[in-house]
Amino acid sequence: MTNLINQTAAALAGLLADGSVSSVDVTRAHLDHIDAVDPDVHAFLHVARDAALATAARVDARRAAGEKLGPLAGVPIAIKDVLATHDMPTTSGSKILEGWIPPYDATVVKRIRDADLIPLGKTNMDEFAMGSSTEHSAYGPTHNPWDLDRIPGGSGGGSAAAVAAFEAPLALGSDTGGSIRQPAAVTGSVGVKPTYGGVSRYGAIALASSLDQVGPVTRTVLDAALLHDVIGGHDPLDSTSLTDAWPSMTAAAQAGLKDGALKGVRVGVIKELNGAGFQAGVKQRFEETLALLTAAGAIVSEVSAPNFEYAVSAYYLILPAEASSNLARFDSVRFGIRVNPEDGPLTSERVMAATRDAGFGDEVKRRIILGTYALSAGYYDAYYGSAQKVRTLIQRDFAAAFDKVDLLVSPTAPTTAFKFGEKTEDPMAMYLNDITTIPANLAGIPGMSLPMGLAPEDGLPVGLQVMAPARADARLYTFGAAVEQLLEAHWGHTLLSQAPALANIEMFATEGGAV
Amino acid sequence: MAKAELMDYDKALELFEPVLGFEVHVELNTKTKMFCGCANEFGSGANTNTCPTCLGLPGGLPQVNRQAIESSIRLGLALGCEIAEYSRFARKNYFYPDTAKNFQTSQYDEPIAFNGQLTIELESGRQVTVDIERAHMEDDAGKLTHMGGAAGRIQGADYSLVDYNRGGVPLVEIVTQMIEGGEADAPEIGKTYVAAIREIVKALGVSNARMEEGNVRCDANVSLRPRGSNILGTRTETKNVNSLRSVERAVRYEIQRQAALLHAGGTITQETRHWHEDTGVTSAGRPKSDADDYRYFPEPDLVPVAPSRAWVEELRATLPEPPAARRKRLQADWGFVNLEFQDVVNSDLLDVMEATIAAGAPAQAARKWWTGEIARLANAAGVSADSLVTPAQVAALIELITDGTLTDRLARQVLEGVIAGEGTPSEVVASRGLAVVSDDGPLIAAIDEALASQPDVLAKIRDGKVQAAGAVIGAVMKAMRGQADAARVRELVLKRAGSAE
Repeated sequence: MTNLINQTAAALAGLLADGSVSSVDVTRAHLDHIDAVDPDVHAFLHVARDAALATAARVDARRAAGEKLGPLAGVPIAIKDVLATHDMPTTSGSKILEGWIPPYDATVVKRIRDADLIPLGKTNMDEFAMGSSTEHSAYGPTHNPWDLDRIPGGSGGGSAAAVAAFEAPLALGSDTGGSIRQPAAVTGSVGVKPTYGGVSRYGAIALASSLDQVGPVTRTVLDAALLHDVIGGHDPLDSTSLTDAWPSMTAAAQAGLKDGALKGVRVGVIKELNGAGFQAGVKQRFEETLALLTAAGAIVSEVSAPNFEYAVSAYYLILPAEASSNLARFDSVRFGIRVNPEDGPLTSERVMAATRDAGFGDEVKRRIILGTYALSAGYYDAYYGSAQKVRTLIQRDFAAAFDKVDLLVSPTAPTTAFKFGEKTEDPMAMYLNDITTIPANLAGIPGMSLPMGLAPEDGLPVGLQVMAPARADARLYTFGAAVEQLLEAHWGHTLLSQAPALANIEMFATEGGAV
Repeated sequence: MAKAELMDYDKALELFEPVLGFEVHVELNTKTKMFCGCANEFGSGANTNTCPTCLGLPGGLPQVNRQAIESSIRLGLALGCEIAEYSRFARKNYFYPDTAKNFQTSQYDEPIAFNGQLTIELESGRQVTVDIERAHMEDDAGKLTHMGGAAGRIQGADYSLVDYNRGGVPLVEIVTQMIEGGEADAPEIGKTYVAAIREIVKALGVSNARMEEGNVRCDANVSLRPRGSNILGTRTETKNVNSLRSVERAVRYEIQRQAALLHAGGTITQETRHWHEDTGVTSAGRPKSDADDYRYFPEPDLVPVAPSRAWVEELRATLPEPPAARRKRLQADWGFVNLEFQDVVNSDLLDVMEATIAAGAPAQAARKWWTGEIARLANAAGVSADSLVTPAQVAALIELITDGTLTDRLARQVLEGVIAGEGTPSEVVASRGLAVVSDDGPLIAAIDEALASQPDVLAKIRDGKVQAAGAVIGAVMKAMRGQADAARVRELVLKRAGSAE
């Protein structure tokens, strides 16, 4: 029998559709693998074993009854814990929501259920998506499958590690300043932050409303496109959701696999995201990728985005400001934990304060304080107001760049995965790690990260970030699929096939042969 | 509540000039809430009209109610406001358990309507123009019930219950500019202004406008400026004054209280105050300073509201006649003196009066019936007059009186029948057999019988003592069970007495 866990979602969908395998088999294989490796990886905060198998059985029964099912029906998926699920705890990585089961599903969760995907469980994340390493999860960090002593990126380290460790073929993530793309880069997986408004935020626990976007976390560009098609599109419950009629991302990705897909494509290299502070091996793989692109017929040129130098500063004003307001609702009155003060009267104000003191971690408190300060009377114009102006300037930089090129590229992250504890004591160093990914969120444009090799000095994955104009998500998928194919042809294998085995599982020595 | 030292009102006015400002919250009567699909309904079971959005659950997001925008624009237009071409919601951040998100979704520097004017007329005939600074949209808070303390107050309560049914109900907050020059009329200006707002929202149909249900709530700002000074005094904001009479009383009370305090060398604390309906006093709430920092910022979960000029003009065309102008027109049309007209207005009978008169009834007859017998029956039943009968029924009843089919006394019986659901006035006349007997035959028989049984009366009439006929008329009317025209009976009595042998 084919090894079921190292298949792409597209391949699994084919096997399920032609009856070669059942969804129960596929689901059980992944659950068994989670049991085997997750004690080391800790990608999951909750595994819904029984519910997943029951759902899979229902999908199998309907398929057996001849029902026409969607393209990803029966394929398992992991869900970032930032998304509300009516049948699983939803904590956003925070102690303040420990054990909370929402009375509703996020729109994207509803859409994957309607498309008959099989939710396996909820994945770990930095508390309220604040972080780049999952070290800020209240439930302990997730470990990078490539090196368990290293971070899997963040905030969506759980979803990225889950797909990179073959615990799930697909996962959902959310990206406020890189939380999908940076974990994808450091785990050798694929992550896409769609255009702002392209995917519903209803039921995604808000970090920064004007920056948050839900997107796919996968091992291949085509898989990401398949998942994007399931979750994307207008949702009347999200007022910022675009009403556009979107093209098929799957078709766009497939178009990228055709010969000559890269010919004549104008690729801009952002000068400001390719200089000092970037690890040598990251820069090397990036230059090699550009050379391959040129060889494949793409027109590579350098473009400048002069205002990007202010992006991190602006981001760390806008994000905390919005977060300080979004997180105000965590007050113990209607949901979540309640902590009474040790002494003194039990007024609502004192109970709220005690709950928030005990329920929020340091990074969350740090950002609430920053944001509250930035919005305060007398400081608003200098901080929040100025940051919004920078945002406009960054949007103009992108607009000017996209006048000259079709797509922009950069390394997804300045470095490969760092070791636990390396940056927790220095928030600024942690924040600067997002320098490459933040501009796309500030401008609302789509961005993708896909593997572009292993850094020679540490053997760890390096990600290529691709950005397209707002609403041009399909362009990302066409280009991304073409680059992925180009690189894999160059390497002679997929990047993740090089990942070390976990927990003595012989992942790739299967009867079906190596990937 | 300890009663504060009060200064005589006239003396207070002698020493100080009152300066007013009002914030009136109007609850819109949309089917659903401001930012979600939950029912906007008064009186449902606690927390039944709720969802992730209005409960402020993690992940909940707002969606703007188009009907609420439309109502807000119409209200803004009716207040003579300009309607913003580009308007945004903003978050007003503060922690309170009745505010599910711990921020109110309101509007800050970009309200939907601004720069309006409303002219009100006091009982003296004095006209006062109130400048409207802005009318902005926001969502209401839930309702807290404090348990275990005295009189439902938060002080001393053991715990509090929250009902979020009202949380997220659409509100329009109407903010006036400073109102100066009110002088001794200040309390009446407050009452009349709020009454005018109430009347406008009712005429527009955008609110149920029931103050007792909190559909219209008034915060009254009062400060005193010493005569001869041009420096404004410190203001207090008396919150949630929920009847017209209370607005008047609360303003008057604050003037007297502040005057006494200032005169005694004290200072006014800038604070919110609570109005106590039962004792007629205000008490200190929480300190409020201009530096209260709500950390407003544009609501990132909502897109701006940019009503097209065409839509605004379309809505302008739907505005009803302004209530004040309508009242003037109706009083003139009906030829009522002030007292008569006030009677109709105060009984909330303008609409039914207008309809009754439109259906053909003379104005005075309509007034007599609506403010008289119908109002009496309604009072007795504890319902509103317009719930008992329709204007068409009243007009038909009056018509029957005018054409002589009914006397007033018979008409009252017919009215009872109509209210009892026995049909139209004509149907009740037929089924109850209540029409005036207009055939002289039965009348003459009854008169002859009465005259015969009262020979002394007959003698008096014949002696020219015509007023003695009353006793006979009474007996005849009684015999006819009231179904006779008394004037005709009198005529016939005199005739028969003259010819009787």
